[in-house]
Amino acid sequence: MRNRKIRGLIILVVLLVTAYYFLPMVVPNLPSFWTTKRLKLGLDLQGGSQIQLEVDFTNSELSDKEREDAIKTAYEIIRNRIDQFGVAEPLIQRVANTNRIIIQLPGLKDPSRAKNLIGKTAMLEFKFVASSEQMQETYEAMDKFLQENIEKYEFMSEFVDADETEEVVDVLGSDEETDDESYENAMIFTDLTTSEEGMPLQIDYKHIAKLKSLLMDPEFVKNVPTGLQISLGKENKDDPYSARNIYILHKNAEITGTSLENAITKIGQGYTAKDKGPYIMLEFKKSGAKKFKNITGQNIGERLAIILDDIVFMAPTIESRIPDGQARITGNFTIEECHDLVIVLNAGSLPAPVNIIEERTVGPTLGSDSIKAGIMAALIGMIAVILFMMVYYKLSGLFADIAVTVNVAFIVAVMTMLEGTLTMPGIAGMILTIGMAVDANVIIFERIREYLAAGKTIRSAVDSGFNRALVTILDANITTLITALVLYQFGTGPIKGFAVTLSIGIVGSMFASIVLVKAIFDGLITNSAKDKLSI
Amino acid sequence: MKFFGKTKIDFIGKRRIAFAISSVIILAGIVSLVINQGPKYSIDFTGGVSMELELTPVAEGAQIIKVQEIRDALTNAGIEDAEIQEIKGKEGKQLVLIKTQAVGEMKDKTSTKVIDVIKQQFPDNVDPETLIRLQEEVGPKIGEELKGKAILAIFWALLGIILYIWWRFELTFGLAAVAALFHDVLITVGIFSLLGKEISLSIVAALLTIVGYSLNDTIVVFDRIREDLKLYRKESYGSVINYSINETLSRTIITSLTTFVVVLCLYIFGGSVIHDFAFALLVGVVVGTYSSIFVASPLMVEHFNKKEKKLGSRTKKKK
Repeated sequence: MRNRKIRGLIILVVLLVTAYYFLPMVVPNLPSFWTTKRLKLGLDLQGGSQIQLEVDFTNSELSDKEREDAIKTAYEIIRNRIDQFGVAEPLIQRVANTNRIIIQLPGLKDPSRAKNLIGKTAMLEFKFVASSEQMQETYEAMDKFLQENIEKYEFMSEFVDADETEEVVDVLGSDEETDDESYENAMIFTDLTTSEEGMPLQIDYKHIAKLKSLLMDPEFVKNVPTGLQISLGKENKDDPYSARNIYILHKNAEITGTSLENAITKIGQGYTAKDKGPYIMLEFKKSGAKKFKNITGQNIGERLAIILDDIVFMAPTIESRIPDGQARITGNFTIEECHDLVIVLNAGSLPAPVNIIEERTVGPTLGSDSIKAGIMAALIGMIAVILFMMVYYKLSGLFADIAVTVNVAFIVAVMTMLEGTLTMPGIAGMILTIGMAVDANVIIFERIREYLAAGKTIRSAVDSGFNRALVTILDANITTLITALVLYQFGTGPIKGFAVTLSIGIVGSMFASIVLVKAIFDGLITNSAKDKLSI
Repeated sequence: MKFFGKTKIDFIGKRRIAFAISSVIILAGIVSLVINQGPKYSIDFTGGVSMELELTPVAEGAQIIKVQEIRDALTNAGIEDAEIQEIKGKEGKQLVLIKTQAVGEMKDKTSTKVIDVIKQQFPDNVDPETLIRLQEEVGPKIGEELKGKAILAIFWALLGIILYIWWRFELTFGLAAVAALFHDVLITVGIFSLLGKEISLSIVAALLTIVGYSLNDTIVVFDRIREDLKLYRKESYGSVINYSINETLSRTIITSLTTFVVVLCLYIFGGSVIHDFAFALLVGVVVGTYSSIFVASPLMVEHFNKKEKKLGSRTKKKK
């Protein structure tokens, strides 16, 4: 009798806890002492983006400690950027023991802006544009290099044959004549670009990928004349297929982002294209302002390029000394673009480049479609199973149905309590559990039927049915639990959700069918003197 | 209500037929796998881009876009060999499925490029609020890692199962159960290959679930076999095991039925995201139930018969 009291107490506690966490799902306006926890929906149900980043150390020689610091800094900077981006409840997590960061942005409909924002190293640099002689020298050097190594750069071969009979076109319009025979038919690099009235040189949209490949090739970069670099200009947002500028710059940065105090977006009120529209105002720190004053003062007439993440945003000619430590970046900006650039400039530059290695976005329409579909499938499946059990096992089937219903509420309650997230695979796991949850009861009921058929009394048939079935149920469920645990270990996001609901469902179904249903049976048998069991 | 009274179906006697049927289905799957050079992996494992876009005409007079137009636009932008498929959405929505390998490094963000091209070329069919239904881009590195993880997961699950059954029953039961699981997974993967369906991360999860379900089913039968072998010491192994299968048949069918029904609901009503996952489970429930009766248990008979030949008949020994 004491055992029964303990059992009753356990059932009561489980039911109360289940009700405490489950009811808010279905009943609005609960008294204030009720839990405020709600079951969170995964990104696949509410819509949003998940982006996984990797801090890239391939080109750096940092010690383990420095790497760890770099990852921490990257994490902080990205968090700052995301916070200012303005998404409700973003989640930013480091993946333990890796150089990876996972970002979840609920409700985002198009991830491209966020990706841009996150991926920017935000390396701000000011570099001088090379002289025309240096440009000429660079083009010749690169033409020669490609001519000699053309077999390594097969994607450039379309520029080889076309040149053979062509005369040397002096791209920079200088008077210099070249006698170099080998150079005469080797303008592979120069032909990649187009010159319009001398400077600046441009590159057609269709060739940009080739230039990028060249610039990423260490061998190619090594052969650029000492102290110089080749850089690509900013793309035109209004016409992404238009040609882009190509610049030859001095490698040495005169000023970098570390001298920056603040950046803000401003809207130009002028009438010319240059003065109209949004631009970025840079304000240097004291030391930076001094440097900037000196540099501009000493180099009037030179072109100073403003570079962000290796992309040249503009390269204006210095017209006068700039004393107040302020600089403007103008250009074909959209207001969003300006806003995002200001965010990254102010959050600081990343200690190492980050690469997006995985991204998954679910739009709000697909998300809500999934929820509706999931609830529909769960309801119909549940009703089918409940009806079947009542028809097949009559009153006992009804008890099993109570167990199934309690189990579903139990899964939701435990997920809420653990602050878990419900995903589409999670709903699938729950639906599967509905089907499998009745299994324990089926095993028990079949045993009881057998014992009744063998002539046992109701009391003893029920007792031995439950006792004997217990071993089977434990063995069968523990093996399923093993696979669920493995799934949890191996899974990423949604699959983890599936494993969690499945595991909770298995534990819940064992409790419901072995403890709860047994208690109902016991109550029924003790309180009535029936000689027939409805099973 | 009762579907079955006491049955006396000779499952064990017909085990050779069952073995033959299983072999044929598995063989068909393997042939398909060999011809297709392995399973068709989704971008989860190969890396690449997969997206579902809504291109229902929004502007007045806008036309429905043909797949070829999208292909041309993408090719012009340097995204070649994209796999483009039109799907009919609810309420006349026009949905398009685009799959492609990532062009270059992930830095170039192929998925963003696709979106840009679509916005640029088909402005009359783009509502920025609903354009993106699904956009996934997986780097090749992640793909490789996930593949490794998936294989490890299946390995650990099977090892864990063998060890548990070894502890609770004996090693041979564990091996027979795992053989049945291999049977189930092979058939499911084979059917996916025959139907040209992709193996994604969630299909691996479905496979592991099938493993769990099939095992659950097998254990219930094994448990009965273990019990009956102690109970009927004078009967031959074959007839005891056959008796156990018949005794648990009613439970096996009912549980399979309820599980099948809910998974069917998931398949029919669960929506596009879960469709293939539910399909794998449907196959798994059928195959898993079949294998407990026709693969796992008959394998135990084969094992006991061999043991008997070596050690002499069990019925004689017990006398």
